[in-house]
Amino acid sequence: MTVTYGDAVAAYEPVIGLETHVELATASKMFCGCSTEFGAEPNTHTCPTCLGLPGALPVANEAAIESTIKIGLALNCSIAPWSRFARKNYFYPDMPKNFQTSQYDEPLCGEGYLEVEVDGETVRVGIERVHLEEDTGKNTHVGTSGRIHGADYSLVDFNRAGIPLVEIVTKPVPGTGAKAPEVAKAYVTELRDILRSLGVSDVRMEQGSLRCDVNTSLNRPGESWGTRTETKNVNSLRSVERAVRSEIIRQAGLLNAGERIKQETRHFSETTGDTRPGRSKEEATDYRYFPEPDLVPLAPDADWVEQLRAELPELPAARRARTIASLGVDADDLQQMANAGVVELVAATVEAGAPVGEARNWWTGYLAQKSNERDVEPADLGIAPAHVARLIELVADGSLSTALARQAVDGVLETGADVDAVVAERGLKVVSDVGALEAAASAAISANPDIAEKVRGGKLPAVGALVGAVMRATSGQADAAAVRSILLQQLGVSE
Amino acid sequence: MSLIRSSAAELAARIAAGDVTAVEVAQAHLDRIDAVDPSVKAFLHVDADGALSAAKAVDDTRAAGERLGALAGVPLAMKDVVVTKGLPTTAGSKILEGWRPPYDATITTRIKDAGIVMLGKTNMDEFAMGSSTENSAYHPTHNPWDLSRIPGGSSGGSSAAVAAFEAPLSIGTDTGGSIRQPAAVTGIVGHKPTYGAVSRYGLIAFSSSLDQAGPFGRTVLDTALLHEVIAGYDPCDSTSIPAPVAPVVEAARDGARGDLRGVRVGVVRELSGDGYQAGVLAAYDAAVAQLRGLGAEVVEVSCPHFTYALAAYYLIAPSECSSNLARFDAVRYGLRVGDDGQHSLEEVMSLTREVGFGPEVKRRIMIGTYALSAGYYDAYYGQAQKVRTLIAQDFAAAFEKADVLVSPTSPFVAFGIGERVADPMAMYINDLCTLPASLAGTPAISVPCGLSEGLPVGLQIMAPTLADERCYRVAAAYEAAVTPVLASIPELTV
Repeated sequence: MTVTYGDAVAAYEPVIGLETHVELATASKMFCGCSTEFGAEPNTHTCPTCLGLPGALPVANEAAIESTIKIGLALNCSIAPWSRFARKNYFYPDMPKNFQTSQYDEPLCGEGYLEVEVDGETVRVGIERVHLEEDTGKNTHVGTSGRIHGADYSLVDFNRAGIPLVEIVTKPVPGTGAKAPEVAKAYVTELRDILRSLGVSDVRMEQGSLRCDVNTSLNRPGESWGTRTETKNVNSLRSVERAVRSEIIRQAGLLNAGERIKQETRHFSETTGDTRPGRSKEEATDYRYFPEPDLVPLAPDADWVEQLRAELPELPAARRARTIASLGVDADDLQQMANAGVVELVAATVEAGAPVGEARNWWTGYLAQKSNERDVEPADLGIAPAHVARLIELVADGSLSTALARQAVDGVLETGADVDAVVAERGLKVVSDVGALEAAASAAISANPDIAEKVRGGKLPAVGALVGAVMRATSGQADAAAVRSILLQQLGVSE
Repeated sequence: MSLIRSSAAELAARIAAGDVTAVEVAQAHLDRIDAVDPSVKAFLHVDADGALSAAKAVDDTRAAGERLGALAGVPLAMKDVVVTKGLPTTAGSKILEGWRPPYDATITTRIKDAGIVMLGKTNMDEFAMGSSTENSAYHPTHNPWDLSRIPGGSSGGSSAAVAAFEAPLSIGTDTGGSIRQPAAVTGIVGHKPTYGAVSRYGLIAFSSSLDQAGPFGRTVLDTALLHEVIAGYDPCDSTSIPAPVAPVVEAARDGARGDLRGVRVGVVRELSGDGYQAGVLAAYDAAVAQLRGLGAEVVEVSCPHFTYALAAYYLIAPSECSSNLARFDAVRYGLRVGDDGQHSLEEVMSLTREVGFGPEVKRRIMIGTYALSAGYYDAYYGQAQKVRTLIAQDFAAAFEKADVLVSPTSPFVAFGIGERVADPMAMYINDLCTLPASLAGTPAISVPCGLSEGLPVGLQIMAPTLADERCYRVAAAYEAAVTPVLASIPELTV
């Protein structure tokens, strides 16, 4: 008995909540001097402290504390005048000390909020807390199962152990109805953009520097909130939306059948798009939190906090508002750009010197198409707004045709080189030598007498085949409109 | 005087003067260890080669005409809870058997840099949990005053080594009294510095908020000289205090002139009476009278919350240890049991911990795990922390009336090996007098104050936070006024 998404949200009200982990882009780890560089040989960025050797002690990274406060300020949170680290105790082989140094009831940042826009409507997502902790190492389970159970053996890499991790927890978000999945995605998108503009993290979901757990519950209208599940392993913006949607459908199916929802951790599968049960939280682990005695309390100086607040960069929402005002686009264009997730990219392209119309056309047209093909966000496509502005400039001054400009985009995406390098490398330029074009045109006419006859006989659209032949002969570097008029002229036909 | 019976200060002076080489001094102590340690069993590991080469380096430095540190060439015994690069470090536990650390503790580095010659690693109660060194996973250590008795604990190897003239100096750690009580029952001097005065980086943690390393010596001055070497701010330890080192050597020298006029000595009412051995109280009363005779003004002070120190300590220390000892899981270092392809990861962890930890360690892990459990935290750990605050307030009030506070260091003299092992509570009350200063993080010294039944008694002198020098000053004055206790230690028959 399958339930459609429409059925599910007609019968039930979803409540969502998000826990986001952000790896900070500090040079060194949270509690030691080891490098945080991604992708190094396993267990090379380690020391007595992040390996949990007997006797080693932590020292808190000031840059990480500063980044956390900045995140809190950007999310409208209160900054605690006094805060402490706490130990979260549990045994796992990727945890060098078998406790994680985290924060419990005294987080660095308290309540705040983040506003997101979905379909032109503003939704305020309450922030419960923002706290600082350390990341764990990484296990690799070798064997057919790929999981710890049934593995032949397991390897552990402690390079990641101790990398500063900020956890941002929302309050439950009710009342978003059918839009719950989009609100979840919009929240993570906005959060990612804020973190990026603060410069505190790489925010690369595919590398795990931004990780998201999504809580979902359903209740019938007028009833109290239902039992929630926590979905982990949600590794892209698209997955955030899909995970909420599939969990709403799954829970509605169970509730329709009169079953109850089990409070549990579930794992999202990118391939199937659904969630599967992980460990049950009904026998909840007792983490035996207590204040970390190896670290002193954090008491950020109020003046320092105010200085950080004053130094915050312009945040995406403000920039967007300013952009919209300065771009002078109408509501429909704006909606189109917002839906494609390219408002800021367009603005940046305009800032780099391009006219707004051209910038919008590129980002909502060919570049949006490429993003879809590659299943990445436009911002992660691999072409910078400055490149796009340069392309627009080259088209405007006649150096490139639109078709050539698209080839240049493909080149940039393939090689990562900049536009001018790709244009030079591939010899992309409009052939404007009229003599050469005239020769190519008469060659095309002689090679295709039947088509030439049709055109002469008044079937004007047939000239397209001749234009194509000339374009092939010039490797696509001619201006198609110019070619067309030369052909018509040689055939003695006027439009 | 023979090399092994000389004080550290004398040895350093003779080495600096070229009267004796550091190698000769080290060899004399290694010979003494060979002769007596089979009966005392103070050491878990003797590093003869390392000691001789460190001594040679000191001699070379001197030959090159460079200035030597105040303790250069003087031998030292290191408690096995302190991490030493390349040298076995077990914390008295089977779970770390064979582990050779890849790094040095901050105090190890400071000791090496000072040219002090490390002879080896001393025995201790497993993970510093105990008051008799009987909880060592390897063997008990014997008190040089009477080999059938305990040398105190948990730093019993370090206290016995100094009392048996195997080393003039040693390092201990004190969580609830583990320097002061062993010093008291072996007739030597031991000081627990202000919490945060000596770096904990490289101390294998028992109870992080209480652990503090400190010096043992046969004289107050020797102890102060070693204190100055190991103390001082360490950026690798967040709880280390960024303050200048207390002027303890100056205080020890000043105190030795025997003038305590203007010093107010507070006798803590709650730390004597029922449960204290009569001989201990007699020696203690005589010591207080002696202080008065040196010009001190003796006042009585009351610290009503000291009564709760034992209960609070036995919640806080086990709670922290349950977390600190979680890292011993067979994954990265130390013992691994059951890794035969038949057992799961969780089973290997459990088997290793079952075999690797002794009964007292397991008892405290269980107590601590329980005390931190959801629903019990407030009643146990939370409440114990409040008691800690009250004890600190008692100290603050008492230090309004007195410059230092005194008490016996231990209610008893050294008891027989095996006498108390079956009764944890009988063992725990050893710490009755030492726990308040541990919980408040304040400094305290134990200095020998006579004998009871032929066995040493200790006088504890407590001072306010970061005023460690007061302990040394009063201790040195007292020491100068009385016959050295160690003069009457029986010769070890070997």
